[in-house]
Amino acid sequence: MSGACRIALVGNPNSGKTTLFNALTGQRQRATNYPGVTVEHVLGTCSVAGSEMTVVDLPGCYSLDAASPDERVARDFLVVQRPEVVLQVVDATALERHLYLTSQLLELGVNLVLVLTMMDRARAAGLKIDTALIAERLSVPVLETVGPSGEGIARLLEVVAARSHKPGVALEPDYGDEMREAIDAVEREIAACGSACDLPYPRRWLALKLLEREPCVMRQVQQCSHSVCREVASSASARAAAIEGHHGDALAILIAERRQGFASGLAREAVTRKRLDRQSLSDQIDDVLTHRWLGIPIFLLVMYLVFYATFTLGAVPMGWIEHGIGFLAMRFQGLLVGHDALRSFVVDGILGGVGNVLLFVPNIAILFACISVIEDSGYMARAAFITDRFMHQIGLHGKSIIPLLIGFGCSVPAVMATRTLENRRDRLATMLVIPLMSCGARLPIYLMFIPAFFPQSWQAPVLWGMYFTGIVLAVILVRLLRMTVLSGESVPFVMELPPYRMPVLKGVLIHVWFRTWMYLKKAGTVILVASAIMWFITSYPKPPHVPHVEATHAVGTGDAVSHSFAGQIGRALEPVTESLGFDWRVNTAFLGALAAKELFVAQMGILSSLEGKLHEDPSLMSWLRSEYTPAQALSIMLFILIAAPCSATVAVTAREAGRWRIALAQYFGLTLLAAVVSFIVYHVGTILLGG
Amino acid sequence: MNLVDVPKDCAVRVRALTGTPALRKRFIEMGLAPGMLVRVMRVAPLGDPLVVAAGEARISLRRRDAAHILVELPREKQERS
Repeated sequence: MSGACRIALVGNPNSGKTTLFNALTGQRQRATNYPGVTVEHVLGTCSVAGSEMTVVDLPGCYSLDAASPDERVARDFLVVQRPEVVLQVVDATALERHLYLTSQLLELGVNLVLVLTMMDRARAAGLKIDTALIAERLSVPVLETVGPSGEGIARLLEVVAARSHKPGVALEPDYGDEMREAIDAVEREIAACGSACDLPYPRRWLALKLLEREPCVMRQVQQCSHSVCREVASSASARAAAIEGHHGDALAILIAERRQGFASGLAREAVTRKRLDRQSLSDQIDDVLTHRWLGIPIFLLVMYLVFYATFTLGAVPMGWIEHGIGFLAMRFQGLLVGHDALRSFVVDGILGGVGNVLLFVPNIAILFACISVIEDSGYMARAAFITDRFMHQIGLHGKSIIPLLIGFGCSVPAVMATRTLENRRDRLATMLVIPLMSCGARLPIYLMFIPAFFPQSWQAPVLWGMYFTGIVLAVILVRLLRMTVLSGESVPFVMELPPYRMPVLKGVLIHVWFRTWMYLKKAGTVILVASAIMWFITSYPKPPHVPHVEATHAVGTGDAVSHSFAGQIGRALEPVTESLGFDWRVNTAFLGALAAKELFVAQMGILSSLEGKLHEDPSLMSWLRSEYTPAQALSIMLFILIAAPCSATVAVTAREAGRWRIALAQYFGLTLLAAVVSFIVYHVGTILLGG
Repeated sequence: MNLVDVPKDCAVRVRALTGTPALRKRFIEMGLAPGMLVRVMRVAPLGDPLVVAAGEARISLRRRDAAHILVELPREKQERS
């Protein structure tokens, strides 16, 4: 056998494609149950008739028309890479809809094999499918499998092996005489270009796309260096306009209708239904979970449970990690006695930094396990369904709710969770306001200031006020973004609610591992670097006469910090930040906390030259009360709420948004907003609450 | 008559699609094409979106978009798959 043989899997989302992929490659990945969460280009290998083949799991798509990034990826792979075999996974319970995609695949002329999945569900629904008829009409093999059990896989592999060397046969739906003539004509013109046209597409397919004036293809034509391409494109445009004039509708729709006609005609022939629509188990579950009165409370309960699992259960392994780091720190203290600088670097800089990175891991792992279970079970789609109206009014999407709620715990996994949003604008809008969902790291800061400055009865309301302010600002910011930078038609909310499924444990575990590893690789490096820098600027330069720095002291005495770069910067900024109510100590604490917000409290503790590091420590609180006013406290807290997301958040935002520019714009934008808000609050607060 | 006008659980046939070409194409791709038998199954707690049953599939749509699906009462009782 010459060359690598590639098998591409295509199909609608939720059709069982990933399950088939797992069955073929043996490398069990999660069966995604929610649209848009497939990682692009998942590869695996499979042994077929003694030789190794590469299997590519393309993103789930309803059509190859490249309207969304997923569709584009799938389309481009099929058209440009031309895999040797294409398996279309077809959900037997929605045959007609899947045949729409089939018609596009046939047009492409790929070497197609249809794999019907969910046959058990089809049988349960009373559907009988004449697969022989379909095979005959389409001249492609049609096989049946039942997902997780692996039934039918052996036969599938045999067929793939037999077909892998055959060329695909293009089959075109009946577009009608006028259209067909137009396609013929454009195809001829393209052929006449000969080698001048270097677009990598099959000719007839390209002709069709030019007539459709498909944006992706048109863009490539515009960029093509040969003018002949553009001439052909404009002549195709003219023909298309003529046809549209006759039929009174966009060509793309005419084509879609023809494909649909093809699909429904075949479905009508091949499928018989023995029973009428009846309530499936999923429908019954939905009656409860999306119930008019129960739906929202249940949703809130589910989110609460996710939170609880993530942060309360997550605290346990976090404790282990802290102990582990502490243990290592002590070992290194012992090893490096006498080498103060090196010891400080290793213990405080490196280990401290590593600790910052690893500290997120239990939270992230548990959170993604929860998200994975929610997705795989099918509940995620229901969550989007329930909250969409509210989200839509804000300017977001139903699917935005989960990342936003996760953001109340930690921004890092929240940003990563925005992958579920298909539309880039929605995804960016959601990502950019996630830091305003006051994350768990900020809580200790509120808990430090609030009891120090507010009487008992005010404390809870003020705390709620902080969270509420974050939410309100987020809503305003989204509207602003929607009106300016991220404006545009909102994507129609047409979303499939897949049937409920039992999540597979191994799939969940693999997914968690994958996501956590991604976090460690990308965010980890940034946090490590940021922590090292923070350590450096808070440790150096040392004050002139170096007293014995206690070996167990994390960052040195207040004196030392004050003398360091961070302290100097803090003092230098004081004239400016005074208008916000911050003195140099607060500035320095902010700087120290840039790596991770948790460090703010620690830094303040150190600067107060007090040993106590807990926010409950009354001596720290009374020290705060004596040094600062309530207005200042509010100003500081609001600044923390709004400004400067932690370095990890910036790192994942840059990664998920694809550009550092966006993450940095967010960073500075939020900081600016924070400065404005702090300024107003400080001055108004001083007047109202007294200086 | 469009899909929003139809009472819950009443089976109707899609007569035609209106709206932008992108929206109509999306409807067709999701299986809400002319000729299909559909019915509105439920409404979200906040009143929007709706869930439409098309065969075995459950598709959720915003009212605003669903209003673009023109329907008629089916003449025959037999169901298309």
